Amino acid sequence: MSKDKIKICEDLADIMPPEYQDLVEDATYGDQDRGWKDVGSSKELIEQHSLCAGCPESIAFRYVLASLPAPEDTVFVGSTGCTSLVFPHVAVQNIHSLFGNQNAIASGLHRALKVRFPDKVKDVVVLAGDGATVDIGLDMTLQSWFRQEKFTTICFDNELYANTGGQESGLMQKGFVSKMAPVGKLFDKVRLAEIARESGCHYVACLTVSKPNRVEKALKNAILVAREFGPTFIQLYTPCILEIGKQSMEGLDEMKDAESIGGRFVYKEYATDDVKKFLKEKDEEAKARKKEKKSAKA
Amino acid sequence: MNKEVDLKGKKVKLSQHVKIGQKNKMNQTYTDVSDMFAAKGAPSFLTGSEVIRDAVKVAGVDISVAYPITPQSEAAALIGELYAEGYLLDYFRGESEFAVMGQCAGAAFGGARVFTTTAGPGTLRAMENFPMWAGSRLPIQVVVTCRGINSPLSIQPDTLEMAYLLETGMLVWHAETAQDLYDFILAGFMVSEQPDVHLPLANCCDGFFVTHTKDTVNKAPEDLCLPPYDPYKSPVPCMDMECPPVRMMRDPFVMKSNYISYSTHASWQQEVKAAVERSRKHTIAILGGLIETENVDREILIVSSGTAVSQGREAIRLLEAEGIKVGLVKIKTIRPFPYQEILEATANAKHIFVPEFNMAGWMAREIKALIPNNERVYAGPHVAGGMTMPSEVIAEEIKKHIGA
Repeated sequence: MSKDKIKICEDLADIMPPEYQDLVEDATYGDQDRGWKDVGSSKELIEQHSLCAGCPESIAFRYVLASLPAPEDTVFVGSTGCTSLVFPHVAVQNIHSLFGNQNAIASGLHRALKVRFPDKVKDVVVLAGDGATVDIGLDMTLQSWFRQEKFTTICFDNELYANTGGQESGLMQKGFVSKMAPVGKLFDKVRLAEIARESGCHYVACLTVSKPNRVEKALKNAILVAREFGPTFIQLYTPCILEIGKQSMEGLDEMKDAESIGGRFVYKEYATDDVKKFLKEKDEEAKARKKEKKSAKA
Repeated sequence: MNKEVDLKGKKVKLSQHVKIGQKNKMNQTYTDVSDMFAAKGAPSFLTGSEVIRDAVKVAGVDISVAYPITPQSEAAALIGELYAEGYLLDYFRGESEFAVMGQCAGAAFGGARVFTTTAGPGTLRAMENFPMWAGSRLPIQVVVTCRGINSPLSIQPDTLEMAYLLETGMLVWHAETAQDLYDFILAGFMVSEQPDVHLPLANCCDGFFVTHTKDTVNKAPEDLCLPPYDPYKSPVPCMDMECPPVRMMRDPFVMKSNYISYSTHASWQQEVKAAVERSRKHTIAILGGLIETENVDREILIVSSGTAVSQGREAIRLLEAEGIKVGLVKIKTIRPFPYQEILEATANAKHIFVPEFNMAGWMAREIKALIPNNERVYAGPHVAGGMTMPSEVIAEEIKKHIGA
C-alpha cells in the first residue's frame, strides 16, 4: 500500500477522528528502519488494548508492531485467545478466522498475495498463542513449515490457555499445577524451537520480551529471511501474570528470571549458514543507512 | 435431460466487468456467463470429474487447494493438471480438509477466486470453516461430491452431509446431472461474487452417480472464460493492505456481554441470511429458476433434488404406462430454499413424494415445514449407504401409498 492511500481528503480532514489524523501524520509507515524506539515519539499502530494491566503480551504487541519492516504491506493472521482481543485495535490488516488454523490461513493468504502482487513484497505474519500454535494448530503449523511457506510465525508463549482461564497447554512446564492438570502437568514443555528448526524453518528465535532490542532484531530477521528463504519462527515468552499468580508489576521480573542461566527462555537463535550470511549483509546495509542519515543530519 | 433455458432470448447480463472482451494469459476471452452458456458447442461424453475440470478450466479460478477423499479425488487431481498447464495461478495439496478450507479462506481473504472439492467425512471435518467462510463473506466455491459419513466406513453415495450444510450461511445448490454441475460451477461464481451476495457456495452432487459415470454435456468453448473476480467489489475489505487499515472497532465484541455486542452479532447473522436470499435474483437470471417443474397440475408429485430426481423421472415413465399420472418438481437451490416456487408448484397436489438418498429425509422435512396441509407429504422412499434407488421402488411405493 502506498502511503498516499491513507491520506485524508482536505474537505473531510476536520471530521476524521484524531487517531486517524495521527496515523497519517505521525505513523512510521514506509520507514524500513522503524523500531521500538519510535514508541512514544510517533503514532503507534496499536491503540489502547483490552488486556490485563501489566500484561507482558501488551508490550510484546507494541514491540512487534513497532518493528515490522513494512507495516504498510503486512497482513497479520491471528487466532483465538487474548491476542484476538487486541487485533481489532491494530492499524494493520489482520485476519481472525478460527482457533488453530492460522498457519493454514496464512498459507493461502501469502500465495494469493504473491500471485496478485508479483512485483511487490507483501509480508504475512502469523501471531498466535501457544495453545493455537502447538496444541490445536500443531498440524497446520508444522505443515506450513514442511511446505516451506514464506511467512513468519510468532508464538506468544504464556505456557497455558490464558483466555479461557489458565488450563494446561503443551508449552506449559512439567509439574505446573493448573486447571485440567490437577496433579501437575505430566510431560515436558514441548521443544517447539527445536521442532521448528527440524521442520524446515530457516530462522528460529526463542526469547522473552524483557529486552526490546532483541525482540526488534529477531522480528526483523525473521521477516527479512521469510521473504527470501522460507518459513521463520519466533517464540516469545509473554507470561500470563494473572494465571501464574503474579502482580501487575511483576511481569518483567518473571521474564528476566526465565531468561537467566538455566531458565526455560535463555536466548536461543538458529539460522542456516546461508541465512547467517544474508543477515550479516542486511545488518551492514542497515548500518550504512544509519550512517548516511546521521551525516545528512550533520 | 434438463430443460434448456433460453438465455439468448433473455439477454441477461450478469457481469458489468471492465475486462469483458479482453484476453487472459491463456488466450481465453473474458465473457459474460450467459454468453458462455449461449455459445455451448456439441455434446461431449465425459465423467463428472472431467466435467468439473472442464468447468474450472473456463471459470478463471486463481487458486485451488486439494486433498484426497473418494469420490472427489479424481476431480481434484485433474484440476492440478490444469494448474500444470497454466490455467490456475496456484494449486497445492493441503494436509486435511480442515486445513484445506482454511487455506482456501486465506486465499479468498487475499482476493483470489478460489475453488476446491470435498466429500463425506471431509465435509464434516471441514465443517467449522463453513460458517466462518460465510461470516467472513468469502465467495469460495466448494464442490461437494456427497458420500456416506457414518461408521462403519462407507465411500458410497449418500446425501446426508448436505443436511449439515443447510444452516452454515452458505449457498447450497444440488446438481442432478453432470450438465447441471458444469452450469452450476460457472453460474455459481457469478452469483456468489455479486457484491450483494458475496457468500461461499457448496455445489453438491451425488458422488459416483454423477462423478464416476459418463454423461453427455454441452460445454462452452475453451477459448472463453468467466470475467475475473474483483476483490474490491467485496462488501468487506480485502486483506491485501491496499486500503486504509483503520481500527476495526473500539472494543472487540467477542467477549462483551452487552446489548451492542449481541446486536452486532445478531445483525451480522441476519445480513448473511439476507445475502443468501438476495442471491435468488441472480440465480434465476442465469439458471432460469430455482426449481424446474413438469406437469405440476397433476394430483401426485415427486419433489426432490439431485439424482433422486432422475430416478423419479424414470418412475413417472413407469407409472405413466400403467395410467398413473405423476408430476415432478426438481429443486436446484437448497439455500436459498425456493419457498414461493414450491408453494405454487405443490398448490394442487394431493400426494407429494420426496425420494432421497439418505436416511434422515431432510428434504422431506424442509418441504413439510413449508407447505400447508403437510400430511400430503410422504417422506420417501429412502435409500442410504450407497444403495441405488431403482425407479421401480419409487413407483411401487407411490402405488402402495395411493392404494392403486
